[in-house]
Amino acid sequence: MNKQRPINIYLLSYKYPVTAIISIVHRFSGALVFLLIPFLLWLLSQSLSSPEQFIELQSALMGPITKFVLWITLSALLCHLVAGVRHLLMDLGWGETLPAAKKSSWAALIICAILILLTGIWLW
Amino acid sequence: MVMKLINVTSLTRNGVRDWLVQRITSLVLAAYILFLLGFLIFTPDIGFFAWQGLFTNIYMQVFTVLALLSLVWHAWIGMWTIATDYIKPYCIRLAFVVLMIIALFAYFVWGLIILWGA
Repeated sequence: MNKQRPINIYLLSYKYPVTAIISIVHRFSGALVFLLIPFLLWLLSQSLSSPEQFIELQSALMGPITKFVLWITLSALLCHLVAGVRHLLMDLGWGETLPAAKKSSWAALIICAILILLTGIWLW
Repeated sequence: MVMKLINVTSLTRNGVRDWLVQRITSLVLAAYILFLLGFLIFTPDIGFFAWQGLFTNIYMQVFTVLALLSLVWHAWIGMWTIATDYIKPYCIRLAFVVLMIIALFAYFVWGLIILWGA
């Protein structure tokens, strides 16, 4: 037996194909949305409680921190949505070959990046 | 014992059913997100009364409760899958999954309270 065999797996030594990257983006963004749901519920609660609270919330959303958290939340939500649509299309039998899956992974990642950018522009 | 317990924490205890529930709920959530984003983007100078009007509409209330319920089921399956893949020690995984489920129920109840006012 080779005594020099690697024992600890160094994760960064792996190559991550684009299909793996979109998969981890899907998982990570999903978990992030789960954690940020309280923020969205808080926004809804503030915005619906009274006209004064609504205006107060609008000015709070002008602040850099609240706006940044909202940007992160919307970005995670939209990326999760895009990766999810890709998943559903593959469930329907569309683009199941490896070359097609690679192409759709790139497409999803690029759309995701564009949506993050557009959300930022919309908010600022 | 804990090993037995961890198996009953999946939403439906049936992989195919979990798969189907996750897809159906994803459609509801996608429709809800796109509708709300569309409303926010295409309503010029949105004010309190337009916003409140939307959420006091009975159809929107049903849609919102449907989305909240879908969120609970969808996130339950997703977070359960993440826990199953990455958390090896059973005790920690069980604790994680149980806390996640409690959080999801809290989200649901909070959502209902917001919708009908406290």
